Amino acid sequence: MTIQTPNGFSLDTAGRRIVVDPVTRIEGHMRCEVNVDSNNVIRNAVSTGTMWRGLEVILKGRDPRDAWAFVERICGVCTGCHALTSVRAVEDALNIKIPNNAFLIREIMAKVLQWHDHVVHFYHLHALDWVNPVNALKADPKATSALQQAISNHSKSSPGYFRDVQNRLKTFVESGQLGIFKNGYWDNPAYKLPPEADLLAVTHYLEALDFQREIVKVHTIFGGKNPHPNYMVGGVPCAINMDGDMSAGAPLNMERLNFVKLKLQEAFEFSQNVYVPDVIAIASYYKDWLYGGGLSATNVMDYGDYEAIQGQKSTDRLPGGVILGGNWNEVHPIDPRDPEQVQEFVTHSWYTYGAGNNDKGLHPWDGVTEPNYQLGPAAKGTKTNIEAVDEAAKYSWIKAPRWRGNAVEVGPLARYTLAYAKGVDYVKGQVDEALGRFNTLAGTNLTAKQALPTTIGRTLARALEAQYCAAMMLDDFNHLIANIKAGDTSTANMEKWDPATWPKEAKGVGTVAAPRGGLGHWIKIKDGRIENYQCVVPTTWNGGPRDPKGNIGAFEASLLNTPMQRPDEPVEILRTLHSFDPCLACSTHVLAPGGEELARVTVR
Amino acid sequence: MSDERILVLGIGNILWADEGFGVRVVEALDRAYDIPDQVRLLDGGTQGLYLLPALEEADVVIILDAVDYGLPPGTLHCLADADVPAVLSARKLSLHQTGFQEVLALLQLRGCLPRALRLVGVQPHTLDDYGGGLTEGVAAQVAPAMAEVVRLLSEEFGIALQPAAPRAAGLMAPAIGRAAYEAGRPSADAACRVGDERVLRRGWDG
Repeated sequence: MTIQTPNGFSLDTAGRRIVVDPVTRIEGHMRCEVNVDSNNVIRNAVSTGTMWRGLEVILKGRDPRDAWAFVERICGVCTGCHALTSVRAVEDALNIKIPNNAFLIREIMAKVLQWHDHVVHFYHLHALDWVNPVNALKADPKATSALQQAISNHSKSSPGYFRDVQNRLKTFVESGQLGIFKNGYWDNPAYKLPPEADLLAVTHYLEALDFQREIVKVHTIFGGKNPHPNYMVGGVPCAINMDGDMSAGAPLNMERLNFVKLKLQEAFEFSQNVYVPDVIAIASYYKDWLYGGGLSATNVMDYGDYEAIQGQKSTDRLPGGVILGGNWNEVHPIDPRDPEQVQEFVTHSWYTYGAGNNDKGLHPWDGVTEPNYQLGPAAKGTKTNIEAVDEAAKYSWIKAPRWRGNAVEVGPLARYTLAYAKGVDYVKGQVDEALGRFNTLAGTNLTAKQALPTTIGRTLARALEAQYCAAMMLDDFNHLIANIKAGDTSTANMEKWDPATWPKEAKGVGTVAAPRGGLGHWIKIKDGRIENYQCVVPTTWNGGPRDPKGNIGAFEASLLNTPMQRPDEPVEILRTLHSFDPCLACSTHVLAPGGEELARVTVR
Repeated sequence: MSDERILVLGIGNILWADEGFGVRVVEALDRAYDIPDQVRLLDGGTQGLYLLPALEEADVVIILDAVDYGLPPGTLHCLADADVPAVLSARKLSLHQTGFQEVLALLQLRGCLPRALRLVGVQPHTLDDYGGGLTEGVAAQVAPAMAEVVRLLSEEFGIALQPAAPRAAGLMAPAIGRAAYEAGRPSADAACRVGDERVLRRGWDG
């Protein structure tokens, strides 16, 4: 049976059903079901979050000044962006303006997190969808060296260096400890890299590990510790004293700030010489695999972030807005406070808004998180062992957020599409240069509008965004130093710390350009306590189920029309889903058994 | 006293009842003892791969965690060296263990495995109680787990911890310290505490 969705996709459930559960190498727990036609092309896709998350409800009655510490524990990878979003929401509700130093320090911390998260995602979670580490053993290190020198002027490029890495890898593989590389389909023809490129990528995987150890030290300096850096409503919890010594708990001084600057510069260089060139080079071998765009070709959204001037949203260096219908000439403004714009639907989610309200959309300030687990009539299996969900009924623990009723994609690709459409110079320069290099290597002539809305484009946008963040945080750093040198050492505004100074009731919203996309927290405060708290996280936008009108979300749309080489080896499904960097831990509640090494795949 | 660097690492998510065991033991150690410079107490949460830097710097790693050993709930069980990754890979309880096993493999690939690895684990009773604290039988193992860490440090690694004067823990934000976290919990009426019965069931069936 073929269904035409209102947002322009054609779904056909006639063919064989393939179930991938769990989807591996993501944070959290998710299931994906697709139908393939007789040529093994995906014609229907169903994304299911398989865990319930009750974060909002456990915050009820807590002190709003403490919410950041709870939300920092939602999941293991995006701790800092939840904490930042939370303090922004509370400050918005209570009308607290933070000192400029605090603004700049938070900006640097947010961009370090963005940079770090993107690097870890590409090399550790996503690269294995493109790179075959076993094949790297066959490489001629001289060829890898030549490839490295052709794509960038990274200092580590000698044949001896790559031979050394290859030997380490060989010892590791031969010891039977394939471990991290175990969950792959290494003889699947979907892998296209020559051995020398595989060795290059594995080498940089190891370099990225070295590097992540260094960059998180910035969080330790500004946030007091890492993991779980400290945040604070009203500012940042670190004092500035340029004459301070280096004893434990010492405030920021020049020595520490110089160390931060060095790390930020190294991050920029790693982006420029390693991460971005790697993505372009790898992509060039996949020039014929331009699948996975889905919703990004038409509808994208972000709230906007990275103000150049504190408090002036119009100076966002990654501007927010919404693009609909692929019309890059019109960017609709977005207002997270408007009850008509951002709404969450539960028609196909395992929640209830009460009798008669199944198809209603709720703005997050009025959000309700009440579970209602039931399978549709066409589901196969039982409630404790689902063989196939019924996507015509409720089928996911993720809600379906919409902007004015439209399904949109969020994430680095959405932000880059918006920034490119709005003509942000830095972004336009990056995208055009990257495309030029890709087209030269691949012998193609793709435009931004052809290349960006693809799985590869999503992965490229993340690499470019990491580089842009590194450039922006160096800029933030220079402003911070100038501010301090001008005699401003204030890092917190404590005027409204005491709840006695608060209104009886208040509500606020905080938004952040989180690594996976636009993140929003909505808070209602009453009598000094949290009355309601709702997080709408990026993976909710991308991974959510269908809405009452039948519009499909970004994950489902991205898989359509992709041919699979071998239906029982979901390389293509994982590749595209991973390009979103799904984080189900915060979009749903984690209490899974977890841990299967290999995605379980069932073909029916 | 040796000069080895020792990492005492609590892992798990404090928001899921007994899953928070490892972090709670580290919190209690921080409150009860003066910690010498060569020992680092770390609230690792569910950070997985992001814990690599801390692990690479350590000669000895003592892990505290809730582990599904297949033993009665509330049983404290300690393992050493090669048995540690084996148990973490054979019986995974929650997602962070996948991450942690991967971390150990990466340490090996990079030639940075610690000289000694110890696991002080407890068999959890309840995980599917979102927003909950430690259950009674598991809470009762916090003090014995602390004593085991103190014993390991002293007998195996030559470090005698001295009791500290009682003080507020500095390891985590006070709001999510164990006492404040457990006392401030909203009622079951206000905040639903259960999740997906399918996932819960599979969790216990292994």
